[in-house]
Amino acid sequence: MHEISLIHGLIEMVKESAADHGISHVDHVRLVIGEWHGALSQALNFAFKVLTRDTICEGAVLEIEKRSIRYCCQSCSKEFMVLQWPYVICPFCGAQIAELKQGKELYVDYYEGE
Amino acid sequence: MKVILVQDLLKANTDQALQNRSLFDEHRVIVINLISAPGSGKTTLLEKTLALIKDRLYVGVIEGDISTTRDAERIASQAIPVVQINTQGACHLDAQMVAQALLELPLKELDLIFIENVGNLVCPASFDLGEHCKVAVLSVTEGSDKPAKYPEIFLKAHAVVMSKTDLLPYIDFNMEDCVAEMQGINKNLNVFPTSSKMGTGMADWIEWLEKLVQEKRGEVDVPCCNGKSIGSSI
Repeated sequence: MHEISLIHGLIEMVKESAADHGISHVDHVRLVIGEWHGALSQALNFAFKVLTRDTICEGAVLEIEKRSIRYCCQSCSKEFMVLQWPYVICPFCGAQIAELKQGKELYVDYYEGE
Repeated sequence: MKVILVQDLLKANTDQALQNRSLFDEHRVIVINLISAPGSGKTTLLEKTLALIKDRLYVGVIEGDISTTRDAERIASQAIPVVQINTQGACHLDAQMVAQALLELPLKELDLIFIENVGNLVCPASFDLGEHCKVAVLSVTEGSDKPAKYPEIFLKAHAVVMSKTDLLPYIDFNMEDCVAEMQGINKNLNVFPTSSKMGTGMADWIEWLEKLVQEKRGEVDVPCCNGKSIGSSI
C-alpha cells in the first residue's frame, strides 16, 4: 500500500506547520483516515516510526481514527454501511445508486507539541 | 500547544494534479493514466496502439518505472515523443513527477498523452496525476477474480483493457464472470477485450480513444473530468 507516501506527506505537513508556530518537538499527531483508502493502521504506524527518525516528530504518538464507509441511497435516501465492499447495494431497497457520505477522509486533525 | 490542522494529506499532490490538468486543458490534449499489475502488457498495448493511430493523432508518452529506460526505448523506436520517469523505488507516479516530465513534451502539438504508470494495481490508483481518464489493463492470465480483490482502480477507471485474450483457450479464465464483477463495482466501465499480439479487439479501443480526442477538441468549457465527465465514469 501507499502508507509510506501518506506518512511522508503527514510529516512534511506537520513540520511546515510546526515551524510557523515555533514548535520544536511534536509529541502527538492525530490522523483521520477513511476505510475507502484501504490503508492499514499497522503499516501507517510502522512508516511513522521509521520516517520520523531525526525529525521533530521522533517519538511522537500517532493516533489514527478510522472512518467506516457510509453511503446515502439515492433511491430511498437512507444511510447505510457497505457490508461487502466494493459492492454498493442499499440494504433497505436494493438500489445500487448511492452517494458516498463518509469513508474518504484523509487528513491530519491536529498535532500537539512544545 | 495543540495545533488544529484539518489538512488533506494528499493536498500537495492534488494541487499539482489540478495544475497539470489545467495545462492539459489549455492545450486541449487528452491524457490517459494507464494502470495495471507488472507484466499485464501495458507497454505492448501502447506499442500496438501507437502504430495504429500515429498517422492520425499526434501522441506523446510518459513512461513510469522504478528503474531502467527500457520502456521509453521501445516507444521511442516509433519516433514518438517520450519521457522516462524513474521513481527510484517509489511504487507509483505522483503529480509532481508528471509536471517535471511535461516540460520535455511538445504539449502544443499533441492530441493525446499516455502516462504509463509503475506496474502496480494498488497504489497508482490513489494518486491523481491530472489525467482525464484512468484506464486499467488486466491480462487474462492474472485471473478473473482480480477486480474485487483490487477494487479501487476498477472504481476509478473509465475503461478496462483486458489483454492477452489470445491465451484464453489455454487457461481457466471466465470472461463473463470477470466483466460482471468489474461492472458490479463500476457499472459504467467500458471493457475492451484485446490481444495486442494478434490485433483482435484493437479497433474498438482505438475508436474509444479517438472519440475522447474529438470530444476534447470540440469542448468549449473544459470540465474537470477525473472520474466524472469524459466517456463514462462512477
